[in-house]
Parts: sequence; structure tokens; C-alpha cells
Amino acid sequence: MTATLERPSAPVVSKKRTITPARAALHAFLILTCLMTLAPLLWAVYASLRTYEDTSVNGYFSVAKSLTLANFAKAWEIGDLPHFYLNTFLITVPALVLTLLLSSMVAFGVSRFSFKLNLVLLMIFTAGNLLPQQVIVTPLWRLYRLIEVPEWISASGSLIDSQLGVILIHIAFQSGFCTFVLSNYMKTIPYELTEAARVDGASVFRQYWQLTLPLCRPVLAALATLEFTWIYNDFLWALVLIQDGDKMPVTSALQNLKGTFFTDNNLIAAGSLLVALPTLVVFFVLQRQFVGGLTLGSTKG
Amino acid sequence: MTALQEKPKAVAPSGPPPRRRGKRATALAGTDKLVLAIMLGIPTIVHLLFVWIPTLGSIALSFSRWNGIGGFEDIEWIGVENYVEIFTEYPRFWPAVQHNLIWLAFLLVVPTCAGLLLAVLLDRELRFSRIYQSALYMPMVLSLALIGFIWQLIYTPDGGLLNSVLGLDKPVDWIGDSDINLYAVLVAAAWRHTGYIMLLYLAGLKGVDPSLKEAAALDGASATQTFFRVTFPVMKPVNIVVAVVTVIEALRAFDIVYVINKGRNGLELLSVLVTDNIIGEASRIGRGSAVAVILLTISLGVIIPYLYQTFSKENRT
Repeated sequence: MTATLERPSAPVVSKKRTITPARAALHAFLILTCLMTLAPLLWAVYASLRTYEDTSVNGYFSVAKSLTLANFAKAWEIGDLPHFYLNTFLITVPALVLTLLLSSMVAFGVSRFSFKLNLVLLMIFTAGNLLPQQVIVTPLWRLYRLIEVPEWISASGSLIDSQLGVILIHIAFQSGFCTFVLSNYMKTIPYELTEAARVDGASVFRQYWQLTLPLCRPVLAALATLEFTWIYNDFLWALVLIQDGDKMPVTSALQNLKGTFFTDNNLIAAGSLLVALPTLVVFFVLQRQFVGGLTLGSTKG
Repeated sequence: MTALQEKPKAVAPSGPPPRRRGKRATALAGTDKLVLAIMLGIPTIVHLLFVWIPTLGSIALSFSRWNGIGGFEDIEWIGVENYVEIFTEYPRFWPAVQHNLIWLAFLLVVPTCAGLLLAVLLDRELRFSRIYQSALYMPMVLSLALIGFIWQLIYTPDGGLLNSVLGLDKPVDWIGDSDINLYAVLVAAAWRHTGYIMLLYLAGLKGVDPSLKEAAALDGASATQTFFRVTFPVMKPVNIVVAVVTVIEALRAFDIVYVINKGRNGLELLSVLVTDNIIGEASRIGRGSAVAVILLTISLGVIIPYLYQTFSKENRT
């Protein structure tokens, strides 16, 4: 394809960048594809900016009479979004921090020391990360009823219906992926580094905390970005493990919002966009980390 | 489980001095052993307790009859009866299997081809390449639950984007019609999946040694020949990752159908059949677990080859 690309441009003698027809076609195709990809979201934005009166009279496929942000304010209020954002925050932040902490410890152990079971350990984590959630959800739901926790952590007296329970399963489940990625990365750090530190008398914990972890900063940043969106986007765990609608994180609470907003599609669009907003912000600000994390998880190994 | 925990710390320090170069020139001191055991032990216990013990639990419960609410003494062990019932009587099972298979086939074909094509197109010096990539990646950050909501605005029979654009006399109920709703949902799911596949292939293409392509070009291979005979085969590891990711994604599919209609009326999936027993109307833990075990069996079909491929390479180096 590139070979045929070159030919038409050959006779044109010009210092300026020439645009061949093939190039133009390529750009046209890509622009069209991108627009089609963005269309569902743009459509939601458009619907969210219109009033119920406008769309119920003229339909959605029409030129808007006026644009307003009122739907966002209304969705924010009726959907009680600040409350659900807080729920999500209370789950996501501890889950994220602890997942990275625990999986970096395992990754450090299996990649820096050799003992009989280190490959087995790594395989257990890697395989666990690939299981469909439904394989474990039923016994987990029952297990959570058995594990007793003090009242101040969970009003139910057990892990069920508590944010702690959701945090724990996120940590357990996501540590599979993070351990895999981190151990791959740590294997690329020369052994001589930790070896030298050990000779100088650094304890195992110092080798981990002060030497290895700082070197892993780029991959930790990538994983943090990725895990944030994954934990934020979780729907199933909270749906199953939390029964009290008030404790739901925002993604699972969408289901409640649907009822609250009856059939006002403009409100649903505004609500959906507000829920999507944090992940979209993360994506636009930290895109390189996001993409880097996904690439790391796949190409090495 | 604990035995598995204890061993590493017991084995690591004792034994003869290792012959392997560098890794452990000096034996670990007592405190270091303990610290290392804790660092490995706590995460492993958490992972095993909440992921692998429940997996074994699913297998055990699949041989039982239980409502899940009562104590363990209420569990009635009935052998393979659940499986027999699922295969012969349970009306929602075979449709769910069929839908999961369609889901898998669709994801394996559409997003993979589209993602590969886009990756090939973008893997060159190109203006605005970053902008194109951003736009194509963007659906990836949205949750499938949210995608269910957003796409309903497109599919609604009255005033939805799709019907308006098509301008049909009789509006099509894309979500409500059980003959087509699966495909409508699949388009939405593929919308998100394509960006991921493109990302994987772009990374894969960057990893291909350019001298290979040059050599092929010198030998007179056309660009198409070079791609299919040289580049694509060299990307085998990426192809495997794409296959694994897609199969797992197809087995996990749940959020989007649950948001749309709780997985009924043409949108039954195996995952829905499992979940229905704890949050839906059915409350048959045994039968639900048997479906979960079927899911597990299928997923192990890709997990085990993947582990083998990933870690056998490790042993060689």
C-alpha cells in the first residue's frame, strides 16, 4: 500500500509537504471513524443540553431551540449524586492504594528472590485475575455473611452490605493483574542493585520500600490510572455485595437513578455524563499512563 | 492454603548455597525472612480467601441443593443432579450458551478486525495521529453499565438516534425485539472493545523489528504480503493476548445487559443466570453454582494455555 502511495507524488517537485490522494483518503477514513466513535457520546451531550419540553414536542432528532445546563443541575440534585460520588470515593481510594501496596510486595518477593513456589504464586495471581467474576460471586456473597465485623464498620455486623467488603474484593481481584504487571517490570531492574544494597546491609523491607518502589514509579502511575477507572467503573461487586441502595457507589447507583428519572431521557443523558465525567477527566489528563498500563499488561509476558 | 504460605519462607533460607548466579549470594537473616514471609503472605491470603476459596466453593456448591439463606446444615448434597437439570430442563440455559457464543464470535471478528485495521493505519508517520488515537480509545474508559445507558438513547424506538437517521416508517424496537436486541447490544460492546484491541495491536506493531519488513520489501514482497506473511505471524504473542482478553470479556459480559433489561427477553447470558440466584428472583444456589462451574471450565480453557505460554518462556530465561 505504501508503494502505491509514493507514485502519484513523485512528479510534484515541491518543498512543501504534498498531500497524496491516498493520504487524503486515509485521513478522511480516520476522521469518519473517529466521528462515529464519538457520536454516541456527542449525542448524549446534545440530548442532555436540551429541555424536556423541547424534545417532547420536536423529538430528539431536531435542531435545539435552546441549550441549557439545567438537566445537569437537576440530575445532580434528584440523583443525589454528591452522596454517591462520596460512596465511590470511599471505596476507590483505599482499594486502589492497598491493591498497589499489596501487589507490589508480592511482585517484589517473586521477582527478587527465588524460592520453590515463586512461579506458582505468580501463576495463582495471574490466573485469578482472568477468572470471570461470576465464578466466585455466589460463594463470596455467602462468605461475606459469615465474616463478622464490628458494628462501626458495617451496620449489618458482617461484610455483606459494607463498603469494606467491596474494598476487599477489589483488592483481592485486582491484585492479580497488578502483581503480574509489576513483577514483569521488576524483573527488568538489574539484580546488582538490590544485591549491592544487601551487601551494604539494607534490610529486605528497605530494598523494597526505598530502592525498588521508587524505580517502579512509572509503572505504578500507569497502574493507578488504570485501576482507578476499573474500580470506579465496577458495577457487579457493589450490586451483589451491597443491598442498601444508599451505600452503592455511583456506577451501580445508576440503576436507581433510572427509576428516579422516570422516562426523561434528557435527565438520563445528563446523569450518565456526570457519572462518566471523572473517568473522562482521568483519561484526558493521564492518557499516556492509561495506555501505558494496558500495554504493559499485555506485551510483556 | 497455609501450607502453601509457609513453604516459601521455610525453603528459601535453608538448603545448600544456590548455584544460580547472583540471585541469592547471601542467606537472608532471620528478620528478613519474617518480613519477606509477611510481605508475600498477607496479599496471598487475601487473594486466596476472596478469589480461589470462593472458586472452590462454587465447585462444591454445584453438587448441592441450597437456598443460600439458611445455615450449612441445610445443604443437601445431590451429586450431579444440577448439571443434569441444566442440560436437559432449564429453559434459560441453552439460549444463554448460544448468546455467549454469539457474543464471543462477534467480539472475535468485529473488534479484532476493526482494531487491527485501525492499528495498521495508525502505525505510521501521520499527522493528528494522537488525536485519532485519543478519540478511538475514549470508549474504553467508560463502564459497560454506563455504555448501556448511553446507547439506550440511540436505540429507543421513539426519538432514538438510530431510528431517526434511518427514517423508517415503522420504528424498530432495537432493545425490545428479542430477535435483534443481542446484536444491538453487541454493537455497543464492540464499540468499547475495538479501542482496546487497537491499542494492543499498535503496541504489537511497534514491537516488530523494522528490519524484518525491510528485508521482505527488498525481496520484492508487496506491503500486503509483508503484513500477512511477516508482520502478523511475528505478532503471535499479541494475538494470543487478544484472544485471551476477548474470550474473558465475552464470558464476563454482564453489566450492559443487566442495565438494559436485567438479562431477559433475548439477552440471557450465563453470567446473568449465576447472578439471578443471589440478587434476582431465583434462589437456587446449587444450580447457579453449576452454571458458574461451566463458566469456569470454559475460561480455564484459555487461562491454562495462556499461563503455559507466558510462564514456559520464563523458565527458559
